Amino acid sequence: MGRYVARRLLQMIPVFFGATLLIFLMVNVMGDPIAGLCGERACDTATAAQLRRQFGLDQPLWQQYTTYMGNVFTGDFGSAFNGQPVTQLMASAFPVTIRLTVVAILFEIVIGIALGVVSGLRRGRPVDTSVLVLTLVVISVPTFVTGLLLQLLLGVQWAWIKPSVSPEASFGELIVPGLVLASVSLAYVTRLTRTSLAENQRSDYLRTAVAKGLPRRRIVVRHLLRNSLIPVVTFIGTDIGALMGGAIVTERIFNIHGVGYQLYQGILRQNTQTVVGFVTVLVLVFLVANLLVDLLYAVLDPRIRYA
Amino acid sequence: MRGVARTRWVAGAAVVLLALAACGGGASGSSGGRVLSSSWGDPQNPLEPSNTNEVQGGKVLDMIFRGLKRYDPKTGKAENMLAERIDTTDSRHFTITVKNGWKFSNGEPVTARSFVDAWNYGASLRNNQKNAYFFGYIQGYDKVHPETGTQTADTLSGLKVTGPRTFTVTLGQKFSTFPDTLGYAAFAPLPRTFFTHHSAWLDKPVGNGPYTIESYTKGSQMTLRRWAGYPGPDKARNDGVTLVVYTDNNTAYTDVLAGNLDLVDDIPASQLKNVRTDLGGRYINTPAGILQTLAFPFYDPKWNTSGAKKVRTGLSMAINREQITRTIFRGTRTPATDWTSPVLGTDGGYKPGLCGRACAYDPAAARKLVQEGGGIPGGRLSITYNADTGSHKQWVDAVCNSINNALGNDRVCVGNPVGTFADFRNQIGRHKMTGPFRAGWQMDYPLIQNFLQPLYYTGASSNDGKWSNRQFDHLVDRANAESDKNRAIRLFQQAEGVVRDNMAAIPLWYQNGSAGYTDRLHDVALNPFSVPVYDEIRVG
Amino acid sequence: MPEQPPPHEPERAVAGTGMGGAMDLGAREASTLEGAPGGPESTGPVALRSSAASGGRARSLWSDAWRDLRRNPVFLVSALVICFLVVIAIRPSLIAPGNPLTCDLARAQDGPAPGHPFGFDGQGCDVYTRTVHGARASVTVGVCATLGVALLGSVLGGLAGYFGGASDALLSRATDIFFAIPVVLGGLVLLSVVTSNTVWPVVGFIVLLGWPQIFRIARGSVIAAKQQDYVQAARALGASHSRILLRHIAPNAVAPVIVVATIALGTYIALEATLSYLGVGLKPPSVSWGIDISAASPYVRNAPHALLWPAGALAITVLAFIMLGDAVRDALDPRLR
Repeated sequence: MGRYVARRLLQMIPVFFGATLLIFLMVNVMGDPIAGLCGERACDTATAAQLRRQFGLDQPLWQQYTTYMGNVFTGDFGSAFNGQPVTQLMASAFPVTIRLTVVAILFEIVIGIALGVVSGLRRGRPVDTSVLVLTLVVISVPTFVTGLLLQLLLGVQWAWIKPSVSPEASFGELIVPGLVLASVSLAYVTRLTRTSLAENQRSDYLRTAVAKGLPRRRIVVRHLLRNSLIPVVTFIGTDIGALMGGAIVTERIFNIHGVGYQLYQGILRQNTQTVVGFVTVLVLVFLVANLLVDLLYAVLDPRIRYA
Repeated sequence: MRGVARTRWVAGAAVVLLALAACGGGASGSSGGRVLSSSWGDPQNPLEPSNTNEVQGGKVLDMIFRGLKRYDPKTGKAENMLAERIDTTDSRHFTITVKNGWKFSNGEPVTARSFVDAWNYGASLRNNQKNAYFFGYIQGYDKVHPETGTQTADTLSGLKVTGPRTFTVTLGQKFSTFPDTLGYAAFAPLPRTFFTHHSAWLDKPVGNGPYTIESYTKGSQMTLRRWAGYPGPDKARNDGVTLVVYTDNNTAYTDVLAGNLDLVDDIPASQLKNVRTDLGGRYINTPAGILQTLAFPFYDPKWNTSGAKKVRTGLSMAINREQITRTIFRGTRTPATDWTSPVLGTDGGYKPGLCGRACAYDPAAARKLVQEGGGIPGGRLSITYNADTGSHKQWVDAVCNSINNALGNDRVCVGNPVGTFADFRNQIGRHKMTGPFRAGWQMDYPLIQNFLQPLYYTGASSNDGKWSNRQFDHLVDRANAESDKNRAIRLFQQAEGVVRDNMAAIPLWYQNGSAGYTDRLHDVALNPFSVPVYDEIRVG
Repeated sequence: MPEQPPPHEPERAVAGTGMGGAMDLGAREASTLEGAPGGPESTGPVALRSSAASGGRARSLWSDAWRDLRRNPVFLVSALVICFLVVIAIRPSLIAPGNPLTCDLARAQDGPAPGHPFGFDGQGCDVYTRTVHGARASVTVGVCATLGVALLGSVLGGLAGYFGGASDALLSRATDIFFAIPVVLGGLVLLSVVTSNTVWPVVGFIVLLGWPQIFRIARGSVIAAKQQDYVQAARALGASHSRILLRHIAPNAVAPVIVVATIALGTYIALEATLSYLGVGLKPPSVSWGIDISAASPYVRNAPHALLWPAGALAITVLAFIMLGDAVRDALDPRLR
């Protein structure tokens, strides 16, 4: 077990280099960022050349990469085009995004699994059908619309919340954005739980538990649910990264200056340092999340073991 | 053991819920007093006056700086602000006297040197200032900012401090309206601390305008306070402004509806239909010095023929501007009938109807002209635009539908979105365009010269289509040398006629500035640059 | 779904799970080292039973499934809807003779009118015609991308989960890198160089970025399924890897893959619109549900109908595939026989 974790942590090193190199190359392939920086009016050639020199864009690509990686190891992630250090951007964006992600994941776990259990236990009944319809709505109506309508309804019509999230972005403010962000994933979690539950309901150990006369609640939670959670946990594990880095729409609607927004801006402005910096941190998040998921397998199903 | 674990979980969940509830109640509102909050976008560049080339940074500079001239927020006329006198006899040598009694908010007096140092800083190549070319008219610019190689001088030879409050400017050529350009932010004076403590200044800029910056959190908000010691006539009528960064103006709009924000200065197109019911009379829609056009790649030989001239005119006549501005933009755009802007006023050079029939919707004539001109080069017209900023897709699709309907072929014109603005500008810079592309022009200063020379003069900084016409260049040169203002304007209008006859760019519409505000605010207005006139706003 | 009468079975799984929750990882490690709780003593009978069952009907597992499907009304309804979608994707003019590119701005955002049952969108195009004609691109992207993602993801994920070790590490770390690529960046870089006028670059792109998710799901399911007693038994009886994977693990591990894939189908159709918005998706003047949904979204306050119909079409498509997925999964589940 300990050796397994150690091995997994060691595997992070090549992934880290691979991912940073890949992202570095991709942003560079997008082309010259200077033209965008100059705005509608092209910079004169002398200024453009000077800017290129300032950002180190005049050097060969491999040299840019090694310089960048060298700086990263000293804790210097470079700076955005407006002169703001990337570490400063990360320091302001990640806490907000982590809070938003936590809220979204909580929704996925609590509501998603609850709905999944309810519809899985009452398959074909009205509850199940309603959940299915809800699933379809969530999939086919864009997050943008859901967010917009919730914002108008809760923020303006009923004045329950503020339509936008303040820069401090406390947990309370993030409840509605978190729900909007989680909505599509909720559909996955619900359906996965429902299906897994339905499958395991027919399994032998459950029939035994029923036959033994264990209380229903205990059967569902301790035996049925626990054995049904592997796909759900896997999904949530893969979703953490997507929620953290891809909350562009939700962050826009609720004016959250989080990772999704910074990453998106970095990509559009072709700022290698911002994009690689943020993605590097995200990669570490994926790696840790996936490791946790793999360890959770062993918790959920004791027959699974790692050596 | 199991029971313990469960209690732990329950306790944990309870703590989380409590935390959520506690935070829900504690969301802090915007500051009280006579302070207003206003929507803002994150400036893309450091807030140096000669480095700010977009409206969001310009918004701040307009609050914390005053230059030699200021454009009247209503009429757009350049009026003396810090300038006591600007004298010239030949439109080339100017003597500028700065008014007495002006100070920066840190107490340092504004002197002739404050200007000369600032301008030298802005022009110098080593400072990477994106607005450096504004100083290009001043003699010696080619030494401090050569096209290639290193600079051979640190200061502009055309700038000389001649007294504590006087300095002289020598231009490289005659430019009669030069004094009127001095209201542009790039010409603002700078305090010594800008040079001595540069990074501290960038974190919290110090200027000489009616507001001072109290705090600035990059990427989220800036708090500005009324400067009580401001010596100018346009003192702020409120206690301060909080600029809140929004990544989507629709959110800002919703916040105004909820009373969470006081002023949104750009109403999203999708909400224009509801704005009257949402805000009643608290909506303003005033002309701004912005013209949207379709530019053409004249470096592509297919577009640089005499037949293509007819095709361009035909395309212009195939666009139902009236319908598009009414349906898509809900009156926040006005069909363009010349290549300037209504904010110039007719005595400033705006001439409605100058475009004539070429800008009037006439599908039959359009079809005929396109045919006479040999059809659309390449058989297909793709209008290139960038997809990441502004909602250009909407109007480009509408323009294409209009052209397709007029030409009777539903596949002639298509929009061609380019993913990023940077890529869009790159493709333009590298002459990759094969058809018309989006071109918007926001004036730097309200002069007809600014709508023509930078866009159509041979080799000019924003002549993206590389259009070149000797007759036009000659008329502009003459207009710049002309010391009589009215005669100069007439010459510029003649030059504009050349643009029309060649349809160097298809004018689409004049853009308005739009804003909505809560009932806390009074006297809200937008200046011709579509920036709110913050100092005039009253709160409460 | 009729439940089968529960035959009485040894309760090894109950014992196993009974020990679980309260333990921290250290304790867990210790217990796994000592041997999985409840493992050996119950493997025998179950494995024999299930092995005998699948052995006896080995040849007919998939044909059994097909026989089940044909009798399942859920399957029949979904198949009918999908057939209909395929038909209008191939020949949209059968039910919508109009031209989806003919738009009259004067009628922008108008409601239903004679001959235009769904009303008009923001550009004054007929929503009905566009919704019908949008099926081709959207259904193609959705179905092909989902198939590609599901095949690639589940095959690689299945192998990684089954064999574990170095191949698992290699593939899993590869997915980590793929997960790291932001969709917007990937789209702008990979798709902007493509000049093809078809949906295939978009499909390829979605497969490239989408497979890691199914990979993870499939891997997790296979890791869980390979611990089942009947698999252990099949292995003990000397069954080949391919036989174990296809006959024993696949039917038991496929359910989560089907669930994720059917929902992903809907999100891929929407993703196409995001890519088109960025100028790297379908080349204009393409018609698709995604493009229409994203164009109508900002105007939902004024013209909800322009959003409702293409979104409704998308919902029906997803519903059909979810139902199909459910039916297929039930048919494949050996415990239902």
